[in-house]
Amino acid sequence: MSPGWFVALSAVIFCIGVGGVLMRRNPLVVLLCLELMLNGGNLALISFARMHGTGDGQIFALIVMVVAACEVVVGLGLIVAMYRRRLAIDVDSMSELRG
Amino acid sequence: MLFEQVLFFVAAAGAIAGALGVVMIQNPFYSVLALVGHLVALALLFLLLRAEFLAAAQLVVYAGAVMVLYVFVVAYIGGADEPLSPEGGAIARLGPLFALALLLELTIAVGGSELAALESAPGTAAPGFGSPAQIGALLLSKFLIPFEAASFLLLVAAVGAVVLARRRRGLEEAGAEGATQVAREVREPAEPATVAGASGEAR
Repeated sequence: MSPGWFVALSAVIFCIGVGGVLMRRNPLVVLLCLELMLNGGNLALISFARMHGTGDGQIFALIVMVVAACEVVVGLGLIVAMYRRRLAIDVDSMSELRG
Repeated sequence: MLFEQVLFFVAAAGAIAGALGVVMIQNPFYSVLALVGHLVALALLFLLLRAEFLAAAQLVVYAGAVMVLYVFVVAYIGGADEPLSPEGGAIARLGPLFALALLLELTIAVGGSELAALESAPGTAAPGFGSPAQIGALLLSKFLIPFEAASFLLLVAAVGAVVLARRRRGLEEAGAEGATQVAREVREPAEPATVAGASGEAR
């Protein structure tokens, strides 16, 4: 399989993630769609690593996975804090940063 | 070679179906499960690209640990169904259009780049390509600083999550008398139940 197929697939996955981030209002689902976007990027990185035959792109993808894990942890912590304060779990109603 | 192609198309269909499921399914719990399916299909694609270690990490860390965290939080806050196309603003309505435009743009950008290697099949990978040994050697020699930065980032995120999600003392009392607080908020409609209002109550 040529890397072009994998790159095209990663573009499709990334765009599905973008659409989800824009459409959905539940912050949990927005986080899930962010995961989709990061995974699309990861797939492109790994296919380019295969294309060049070096491991650098794979290291990059590994670091992206670490960053995604951090993002999930902080985002879920925020959602739990929102729930504890009995705020609506809805990104549209979160319009100010003051805690 | 034929087997590889069949595997690619099966995994690609699974990945796209999982991604569409995440976006389309209304119940967040099933969205998480769809993402698990998507991640498994993606791990298969990683294997096709000779990234064995990353495929294993994807399954163990992502589909295992991170998704369990998601399931816990969905169970904790109760996955409320939301209408898929609500009365949301212009952004929600133009979202799919924007995503399609982005896909078109990406297709033109990649197709127009005339990267010859995109079309040609890559040669046989070097022995040990993508194995844990190679990844580990790279992480500890050429990419030592990113490796250390990633570990520091994980530490910061763990501390940040504990700080964000811990029980605040003022809120615990409010939790004991939650019913009265809600009643008070109903009785005083002048004060909106925003973040500022909640923190004012806590103080």
